[in-house]
Parts: sequence; C-alpha cells; structure tokens
Amino acid sequence: MMTTYLPLKKIAAFGFAAMVLAACAAPSYTTGSASSSASGGSASAKYLVENVGDRVFFETDRSVLGASARGTLVRQAEWLNQNGGINMTIEGHADERGTREYNLALGARRANAVRDFLISQGVNASRLQTISFGKERPVSLCAEESCWSKNRRSVSAIR
Amino acid sequence: MSIRNFLVWVIALAVLAGAPAGAALKIDITQGNVEPLPIAVLDFVSEDGVGMKLAQVVTADLERSGLFRPIERAAFIETQVDVNVRPRFRDWRLVNALALVTGRAIRQNDGRLRVEFRLWDVVAQQQMTGLQFFTTPENWRRISHLVADAIYERLTGETGYFDTRIVFVSESGPKNKRVKRLAIMDQDGYARSELTDGRTLALTPRFSPTAQEITYLSYYRNKPRVYLLNIETGQQEVVGDFPGMTFAPRFSPDGQKIVMSLERNGNSNIYTMDLRTRETRRLTSSLAIDTAPCFAPDGGQIVFESDRMGTQQIYIMESDGTNVRRISYGEGRYATPVWSPRGDLIAFTKTYKGRFLIGVMKTDGSGERILTEGFHNEGPAWSPNGRVLAFFRESKGADGGPKLWTVDVTGYNEQPVPVEGWASDPAWSPLIR
Repeated sequence: MMTTYLPLKKIAAFGFAAMVLAACAAPSYTTGSASSSASGGSASAKYLVENVGDRVFFETDRSVLGASARGTLVRQAEWLNQNGGINMTIEGHADERGTREYNLALGARRANAVRDFLISQGVNASRLQTISFGKERPVSLCAEESCWSKNRRSVSAIR
Repeated sequence: MSIRNFLVWVIALAVLAGAPAGAALKIDITQGNVEPLPIAVLDFVSEDGVGMKLAQVVTADLERSGLFRPIERAAFIETQVDVNVRPRFRDWRLVNALALVTGRAIRQNDGRLRVEFRLWDVVAQQQMTGLQFFTTPENWRRISHLVADAIYERLTGETGYFDTRIVFVSESGPKNKRVKRLAIMDQDGYARSELTDGRTLALTPRFSPTAQEITYLSYYRNKPRVYLLNIETGQQEVVGDFPGMTFAPRFSPDGQKIVMSLERNGNSNIYTMDLRTRETRRLTSSLAIDTAPCFAPDGGQIVFESDRMGTQQIYIMESDGTNVRRISYGEGRYATPVWSPRGDLIAFTKTYKGRFLIGVMKTDGSGERILTEGFHNEGPAWSPNGRVLAFFRESKGADGGPKLWTVDVTGYNEQPVPVEGWASDPAWSPLIR
C-alpha cells in the first residue's frame, strides 16, 4: 500500500519531537546532534563545527563547489572516514532572493553537490542523507548580500 | 477546523411593480481604470442587529473590489426601507446613488434566518434583482457574501468571488526560527482558523477544485513530501511513495490528479499522480530545475518554470509532457506561473534588477503587464473568476515578514488583506456554490 492515512494528532506528535531536537542544535533544524556524540571527543558535533567545518557556501543560483568549499569538504570526508559510526544529513539552503519552489530545488542541488563530493572522497553513500530547506531557514537576517551569502549554504549535521 | 456542512436555500423574490424599463445600469469592466459605481447599502431591517452587520459585510465586499463606491450612511435621507416597499428614488438620486440595496433579516419560528434583499436601479427606478436566503443564524456572514456576489454579478456581468476562502501559510516567531502552519479564512480575512499546528513546516497549500481538500508540502518527520489534507476531517495522506522530495503540488482541474515536482539526486522534474489509480507519470526529463507546474483550466496543457536555458523561465507543454515551448522572453527571470481560470492569461513572479514583481502575460508570452513591484512580491493566486490576484509581499530584514495583498488584473486597486501576523503562499478556493 503506497498510501497511509495519518490522523492530524499523530502527525503533530512526531512534529513536536522534531522541534525539541532542533532546539538543541540551532541553527540547524534537522539534525540529530542530540545523539550520544553531542559533546567531547573528535566524534562530536562540536568537533565537526569547530575543527572540521560543518558548512560550505555557494554563489547565487549556483551549486558548484569553490576551492574553499572543497577544502572544507575534504576535511569533512577525512573526518567521516575516521569516524565510521557517524551518519550525516546534509542540509541545502538558499537565500531569500528567489521564489519558494525554485529555492527548494536549488537547496536540493546544493546538498547533493556536497554529498557527491563526499562520496568521491571515499565516504559510503549510505551514510549521507540530504534535505533541502530552500529559503526557509536563514541564519543571517539582513537584507544585504553580506547576509544572503551566509544563507546560500549547505550544513552537514550528525544524524 | 472550519466546516461548511450547512445548506443555504436561495429563492428569487417577486419583482415589485415599478416604472417602465430605462437604460440598464451596468459597470463597464472592460476598461482598465473603472470609475467605481456609487451604491447605497441600507441596513437590512431586522430585530437583533444582524441586519446592520449584513449590510456592513456587503458594503465592505463591494468596496474592496474597487468597482463600487459605497455612499456613507450619514448621507442617507431615507434611512429604513422594508424589503417589500419601493424606495423613494428621488431621495437616493439626491445622494448621488446609482444603485441601492435594501433588505430584511428575520429569525423564523423554526430557528432559521431568512435574509431577503433587493438591488434597485435608482435612475430607472427598477428592481434589478431580488433573492431570499434561508440558513442557520450563525451563517449570516456567508449570506452577506452571497448577497454581495449577486449584486456584483448583476452589475458587472461577471461571476462573483466574495463567497470564497483563501488558504495560506500563517507565519510566527523570529525569522530564523519561523513557525509555519496552514490557515484558512474567508476572502475578506474573517472566520480564520488554523489547519495545522505549526510543529511541522508547511508550505505552498493549494485548493482542490472539487473537494474540501488541500494539497501542500509538509516536512513531517523531516521528509518533505506532498500531502493531501481534508479540511473538514483533518485527515492527511501522503501523495505517492517517492524516494526523494516532492514539492510544488497543484490539482488538475477535475481534481483527479496532482501535478508536482520530484527531486532525485538534486535534479527536479515534473510528475503527475492520478489520485484514484495511484499511477504516476513523469512529464519532464531535464537536468534542470523544472518546477511550479500548473494545469490550464481545460486540463490540456501545463505551464511550469525551468532553468534549462540558464535562468528561470516559463514554459508550456501538453499535459502528457510533449511539445514543450518557452513563452517568457522578457528581461529578467520568470517564476511561479499560474494559469488564469479564464484560460487567457498566465500570472507570474518576475525577478528583475533585484526586485520582485507580479505580472501577467498571454499564454503565447505576449502582452506582458506588471501589476505590482517592489523589494519582494511573490506567489500570485487567481480569484476563481479570474478578476483578482492574491500574492504575498515581504518586508526587509530581521524584523520583516510577509503580508497578503490583492490586486485587480488590470493592476489597479491594490489592497492589503486584513490578516493578523505574517502570512504567505495564498491560494484561492473555487466558488463554494
């Protein structure tokens, strides 16, 4: 059966759980960094953010990885290859200067560009999920390029 | 949950005998900038104040359309006219009314509300239409919209749109942690209720043309997928079993199919799914972003946006995916195409020189007209009669957010929709009748 009927209340309950996790992991909303590896050691979300780099940035409308992005992702791949128990969700994001549907697709393109690069660096594809948030989750809020450039990003989060 | 499970009975009123026929009163809406018709709406005669409320809602509907100029009540000479009495037309000419609405609202012994009204041509001294409605008393607001629709239809020759609703995304919280839930309201902003609770991100709701259902994008369990939501029961159903993100859904005109984008490995193409047979069909096979599909009102073609030639542009294809041709050739980028219910126009969001505009073009791409422009306008949605477009306008910066607006297809009569808080992604219901 391809179709499931879900009562609204049931959906609400799952949705709530997702929000609780999100609260621990701002600015990322998907993440499972409330896992046991949340603190301490190199196999932690903190280490990923501070020592490896959890995000890369993109030009307007583009999903091409620049030199700086590739540098970060080479480190991410090394780190993933050293920590074989860690699975990641790669979030793709867009700035607010696009229409909603297009930005959802663009975020997916960016997340997949990152995923493909990590796979090319030897990370097993089964460890990497992607999700697009389009323009729905900005981290920088001014209406200027200095903020938009920070929002055109991918964020790798421990799942 | 907003439920419309009540019936409204409508019966024509007998014409009150009057003066011989003169020139017919009519608003010429073929011109761009219409001179609004001066109309007087008397409080409907009633015992409990509902008659005054009815007249206020009718007046507000007509005024917001931009086609009518209601005359202030303070100017009225004749202040009460029973629905079965001919008004003193001379008094109404003196206040420069060309049309006059009189009415009565009575609670019957069986508990039902009976609302009667007549529309008068003041100059010709003739009744133009007269109807009576029977309903439960709490539905007085809907009766008001039905009265306003009857007046609009009689004076413009077009179908009304006041007895309709708008579904939208209600936004709250700071911009970097925005909570988005589906909400629904009457087209005038009243009778609002929330359809989802905000714990799951909800985007791009679209009405079914045939049922009390909405299709939208839900991030339930962090898997962005297209869902169906029954407005009356709250039941939800995921549309299809797809391995990647599904998004940008819309119904086919017969309500039997959903057209949407499916993303696989970063590549977005357009699919349809038959809601009865569950059969899916892939319509585009590009390496580009193909999204925002929308059926023509006859179901034969689909308009969509694609960046296959570098930037977002508008394309039309047959509903089986064949004969794809680009229609937008102006400067800038063209997105979110929506086919007019009349079939003759495509509304779109255009990005040009860093600004976001709402416009319309003919289905062959000619005759582009920009209806509104600014920092950020997005997501046009047609009223069911093809006369008005709803869209959202976002203000800048950390404290900014979206609000709903409407604009006439001519580009005149831009109006904010009165909604508490931030609101985006409007979609208009079909006529409920």
